[in-house]
Amino acid sequence: MTAGDYNFAYLDEQTKCMIRRAILKGIAVPGYQVPFASREMPMPYGWGTGGVQVTAACLTPDDTLKVIDQGADDTTNAVSIRKFFQRTAGVAVTEATAEATIIQTRHRIPETALTEGQILVYQVPIPEPLRFLEPRETETRKMHELEEYGLMHVKLYEDIARHGQIATSYAYPVKVEGRYVMDPSPIPKFDNPKLSDSSAIQLFGAGREQRIYALPPYTHVVSLDFDDHPFVASKAAHDCDLCGAADSYLDEVITDDLGGRMFVCSDTDFCRCRRAAGHTGRLGAPVTASRTVAPPPPPSPTRGEGGADPDLSDPGASPPPCGEGLGVGGHRHDIKETAE
Amino acid sequence: MIEIRDLCKSFTLHNQGAAVIPVMAGANLSVARGDCVGLIGASGAGKSTLMRMVWGNYLAASGSIRVGTLDVATAQPRQIIRLRRETLGYVSQFLRVVPRVPTLEVVAEPLLNLGMPADQARDRAASLLARLNIPERLWTLSPTTFSGGEQQRVNIARGFAHPYPALLLDEPTASLDAVNREVVLTLIEEAKARGAAILGIFHDEAARDRVCDRVVDVRTFMPRAA
Amino acid sequence: MTAHDRSLSDRPLFQVQNLSKYYGARIGCADVSFDLYPGEVLGIVGESGSGKSTLLSCLAGHMAPDTGRVIFDTALGPRDTVTMGEAERRRMGRTDWAFVHQNPRDGLRMGVSAGGNVGERLMAIGARHYGDIRDKSIDWLGRVEIAADRIDDRPRAFSGGMQQRLQIARNLVTGPRLVFMDEPTGGLDVSVQARLLDLLRGLVREMGLSAIIVTHDLAVVRLLADRLMVMKGGHVVEQGLTDQVLDDPQHAYTQLLVSSVLQV
Repeated sequence: MTAGDYNFAYLDEQTKCMIRRAILKGIAVPGYQVPFASREMPMPYGWGTGGVQVTAACLTPDDTLKVIDQGADDTTNAVSIRKFFQRTAGVAVTEATAEATIIQTRHRIPETALTEGQILVYQVPIPEPLRFLEPRETETRKMHELEEYGLMHVKLYEDIARHGQIATSYAYPVKVEGRYVMDPSPIPKFDNPKLSDSSAIQLFGAGREQRIYALPPYTHVVSLDFDDHPFVASKAAHDCDLCGAADSYLDEVITDDLGGRMFVCSDTDFCRCRRAAGHTGRLGAPVTASRTVAPPPPPSPTRGEGGADPDLSDPGASPPPCGEGLGVGGHRHDIKETAE
Repeated sequence: MIEIRDLCKSFTLHNQGAAVIPVMAGANLSVARGDCVGLIGASGAGKSTLMRMVWGNYLAASGSIRVGTLDVATAQPRQIIRLRRETLGYVSQFLRVVPRVPTLEVVAEPLLNLGMPADQARDRAASLLARLNIPERLWTLSPTTFSGGEQQRVNIARGFAHPYPALLLDEPTASLDAVNREVVLTLIEEAKARGAAILGIFHDEAARDRVCDRVVDVRTFMPRAA
Repeated sequence: MTAHDRSLSDRPLFQVQNLSKYYGARIGCADVSFDLYPGEVLGIVGESGSGKSTLLSCLAGHMAPDTGRVIFDTALGPRDTVTMGEAERRRMGRTDWAFVHQNPRDGLRMGVSAGGNVGERLMAIGARHYGDIRDKSIDWLGRVEIAADRIDDRPRAFSGGMQQRLQIARNLVTGPRLVFMDEPTGGLDVSVQARLLDLLRGLVREMGLSAIIVTHDLAVVRLLADRLMVMKGGHVVEQGLTDQVLDDPQHAYTQLLVSSVLQV
């Protein structure tokens, strides 16, 4: 079967219209979960079917797509979704955050600040933040309708009572424009501040749960907390061992059976660009333009499911350029060529 | 203080062929402030029925029962509740309390219901219990486990805790020894002295002679056989 | 205003006028009217299927009556809770009103600690200081005789009586003025019932609470309720002062009900 057998970006146009309507409604009512008729996608639930449908509805032939999974461009989930759209839409792809017009992400927000015109599409497993305390969907909808959000604080209260602090470290609930409480998808709470006042459009797609919600650019998003236990965007208290970054979210990587470990940026593009710019961490060597790959290829992160598998990233791939815009389509297809 | 006029009472037993049993007709009675009136008459003549009607426990068929300014025969439940809280005390023969509640609390409850601070109410309850010779070690226990005489004294302490302007006493000295009987009679005399109107049933004739200013034979209130 | 002063008010807290609820052609409850004053406890008794639970659901706003008015004396004056907006009615359900279920599992969050259960209503009305919420929870656990060191235990670890007391604390923490109770002592053994009754009486007195208690247990209403309403087949057949209705029942059904109770 060839790509020509599919409509552009796999979904038929009517479905895309339906999804776009849901997206527009979501943007009009920031944080509100809009029901939509989620389609069967050629991948299992939990692999980003919601995000893929949103991306498919947003893609135009001129777009440049970046796909990340836990910050990495080279893990299974990211690679397969990227290939899916290369094949069904033929769009340009990139690993450089600044170059992408649409970024589909699983569980991270890129470290590089997003800009106007970019769309960030989140894959959402469970869109309902109240779900674990109130299992009845009829009741949670009513609670959203009437702004009855005391229960959300009960969850945080339980955290403090049990752990002495708010131990929720990902999927940390937020309030959008003082109205809807929203699950930001399982991003680390380190990323929560980036949700607020972002220049980009942020879209959230939950395929199995058939919900789409959105944050238009420059939406005010506040992480819930208590007066005496304020929200803290925490990360591991280390610098990246490869690029030395002190302010990026880190994955802990076990390197041997003797307790050896290293901390590396979860955002692989960010880390690579820093190394290319000459920054070096404790264990890292700078990446030069001559395709030198950092000595220890990052093994699987222990954190999160569906972790990175280094074998899937082709060491022979030419790393996309950093920082400066490309403007030439051919270069962006580097990955496509190597992946095939 | 207590004025009963043309009071009638009958019971209708719906589950026994709707039998109507008239028990009282044309009862008239009045008790002034500082007076004590004793009800006499054989068992079943209607002494307790009359007391219960004044208390609001039995409904009157017709007539009026004025306690202070309220006609109990036609009053709303909430008016009777207020009357019982502020104006009318009742010492029944039987103690009916929530199980497990300490004796001191049982006696202090009428005062707490009137809004008295808890420590004052307990002090007052303690002094009455002491006066009625209830050993202090029993104060923290529920009276439901007490002997008949002890329960009776707890009941009296509870009934006298608040200086009600009107009091109903149903056999207050029954099952009491001489010492405690004397205490109770003194309490009654003190209540009269402060102006309480008292309606009572006393089988103890000596006691009746000592505290009652008048006696009323309830047999005169019995309906004539048709 | 102290609890005692409140209980002397001449303005009804809660007025029910000609309330009816039908299930198709069947009567749930029909033409029920009564006034409840501040500090009053009203008992509703009747056998299973007599309509008392339907009535309570309609009163508490859990079910919409077909006809009638349910007027509550809100901070802004008397309001018909049947016609008020759902948001407002639910807010009232978390502030001025409380509902104690027969089964604590219906009234508690079993997966949330005791402290979280008590704190929920506080957080629902905007409390955002963890330390304050916790202090209030500990205070209320104490008032319902649950040791402070159980605050982080889940209700599952509690006995039936403790669960019921926890449910009461959870409901009363926001200082409601009216409490609906559906068989609050049902399913508890006798000694635990007594303890709960004593607790409820004390709280009603101290807080000047008004309460509506649905039960089939005449001993419970005798000890708790000032006034009693007897229901049969969806209709109120008799109402009055509790001890008067129990000791001198006028209606055939009430006489049967009272005479059917086992004497202890």
